[in-house]
Amino acid sequence: MINEKTLNALIALLLLAVPLIAWFLDEPFIITLATKVAILALAAVGLNLALGYGGLVSLGHATFFGLGGYSMGILASHAQTYTPLLESPFVLEGTNSMPVIWLTAIVISGLVAFIVGLLSLRTAGVYFIMVTLAFGQMFYYFAISWPAYGGEDGLSIYVRNGFPGLNTLDPIQFFAICYVLLMLVIFFMARLNSASFGLALNAARQNSERVQTVGISPFKLQLVAFTISGAVTGLSGALYADLNRFISPTMFSWQTSGEIMVFIILGGVARLFGPVAGAAIFISLEHVLGGLSEYWHIYLGAVLLLVVLFAKGGLIGSVFRKSVSHG
Amino acid sequence: MSTILLIEQLLNGIQFGVMLFLMAAGLTLIFGVMGLINLAHGSLYMIGAFAAASVATLTGSFVLAILASVVAAALFGAIVEFSIMRRLYERDHLDQVLATFALILIFSEGTRWMFGSFPLYLDVPEMLSGTVLLPGGIHYSRYRLAIIVIGLLVGVGLYLLISKTRIGMRIRAGENDREMIGALGIDISKLYTSVFALGAGLAGLAGALVGAIQSVQVGMGEPVLILAFVVIVIGGIGSIKGAFIGALLVGVTDTLGRVLLPIAFGSFMETSQAASVGSSLSSMLIYLLMAVVLLFKPSGLFGRTQS
Repeated sequence: MINEKTLNALIALLLLAVPLIAWFLDEPFIITLATKVAILALAAVGLNLALGYGGLVSLGHATFFGLGGYSMGILASHAQTYTPLLESPFVLEGTNSMPVIWLTAIVISGLVAFIVGLLSLRTAGVYFIMVTLAFGQMFYYFAISWPAYGGEDGLSIYVRNGFPGLNTLDPIQFFAICYVLLMLVIFFMARLNSASFGLALNAARQNSERVQTVGISPFKLQLVAFTISGAVTGLSGALYADLNRFISPTMFSWQTSGEIMVFIILGGVARLFGPVAGAAIFISLEHVLGGLSEYWHIYLGAVLLLVVLFAKGGLIGSVFRKSVSHG
Repeated sequence: MSTILLIEQLLNGIQFGVMLFLMAAGLTLIFGVMGLINLAHGSLYMIGAFAAASVATLTGSFVLAILASVVAAALFGAIVEFSIMRRLYERDHLDQVLATFALILIFSEGTRWMFGSFPLYLDVPEMLSGTVLLPGGIHYSRYRLAIIVIGLLVGVGLYLLISKTRIGMRIRAGENDREMIGALGIDISKLYTSVFALGAGLAGLAGALVGAIQSVQVGMGEPVLILAFVVIVIGGIGSIKGAFIGALLVGVTDTLGRVLLPIAFGSFMETSQAASVGSSLSSMLIYLLMAVVLLFKPSGLFGRTQS
């Protein structure tokens, strides 16, 4: 019997080994698939802080995923056409630089997550699920009806943005960027969870009254968690936009929120590497089932249903049989 | 803008609201009685619309088509409750969200597999086509007026069912205390199956009624589902009255916003820019409405205070 740390290390190594082998075999498609796993896992790692550790069942994380994507799309499209974003009161130019785009994505989605959290954390339970869902829809419809950046059709960015010293158009180099970011964020999450903030957040999920009694405000804890969670998912959205070199309102759609949630539940709620395992399973299923049948969503639905009904706790949860209560 | 056009849009808003009520009533009933959050409610709406379109093509009868929509959706609802949902009542909301998300995938792809990706059309019956002349010289679509009447009748019927009948009494008891009704010797699983089928039937009816205005296609249920969620969050979860008021509020706000906002912005902006800003903002209007309601009443207009 292995412990969870060993399994986590195995998952991390596997996600690194598959694209490296594909690189030697000259299979760029597999590298791209692995990159997609790393990026979507990052979105789910973000949501897992709110949903898994915080017990906040947000069905609106597509909001932040989309905001990250549109941060990239807006900045890069202005750099592409050499038109400034803003001329007064000061000139704001577009940019092709990944680090600047990431920072913008993190700040903007974090800020919006703070505001959405401020409003929706007034509610709880099923209200919270629906309110976050509705906020996502608000951005979805805004993106659809806003013609400046493509409206319903979305927007293509013809050249992938740059990172100093690397050729981001080379699949394996772009994978390396996404993988390193994912590992950094997971490391940060691990530290956060063992710090007093993480312990208090966990306590607030399990018994909000007790936390209040010792003088800690569960609302503040949850708001901070929700904000960080949104910011991480926003970063992932910016990377996803760079992977496809395309943004569209679909990034904001509630199906996107649902899928990010599915990654976590497949892998294991409130498990450090649950989102990574879940995203890897989901993308592989999508790929394999998609090759089998045109109507592969039926099988995907059936697999998900079986997981909810019979494999409670997801992959990592069913390996260790230690359930984590949530939502 | 003329008063006649405004009244016409107001009626459109009410028609939209009444249709949302049919969706929201079932959703909130299922949540109120069983504590179940059902994302697949939109799929039942879609099933109703497809059943109506197929029966209308086969028989040419609109009445039969409407009946088929209610029966098919209720039947699917009962099957889903019986085979899957009843395993999830004791689970937390997260599991319910995931399971019903999976059901959406299965239903949507299943429908695509059976009917293909092209939309079907359901014709407005001869009897209800054209317009009626309302007092004040307003010509209004006879069919839309019929939807308003049907919706209001269903609303009254639902009110009578819940407040005056034995099954309604059990439903109300189920909302308040689940263990108690079991202890009183009422067959809870039968009650749950019938409530689920009732909610599903209402969604199916809504799908069929709207199917004649729009087209019948895969994925038509999801946007309506989200709006129904907004409605019950505004109205207060579990409250049929809240669902009714919330639905009218959302229907009228959305419809009038789409007409009035571009005009309002046009008074101080260029026309093309005003149209674009106006339409972007109007598509967000009901979500803003929801946010404002929640700021003042976190459990909705008619919701019970949360514990």
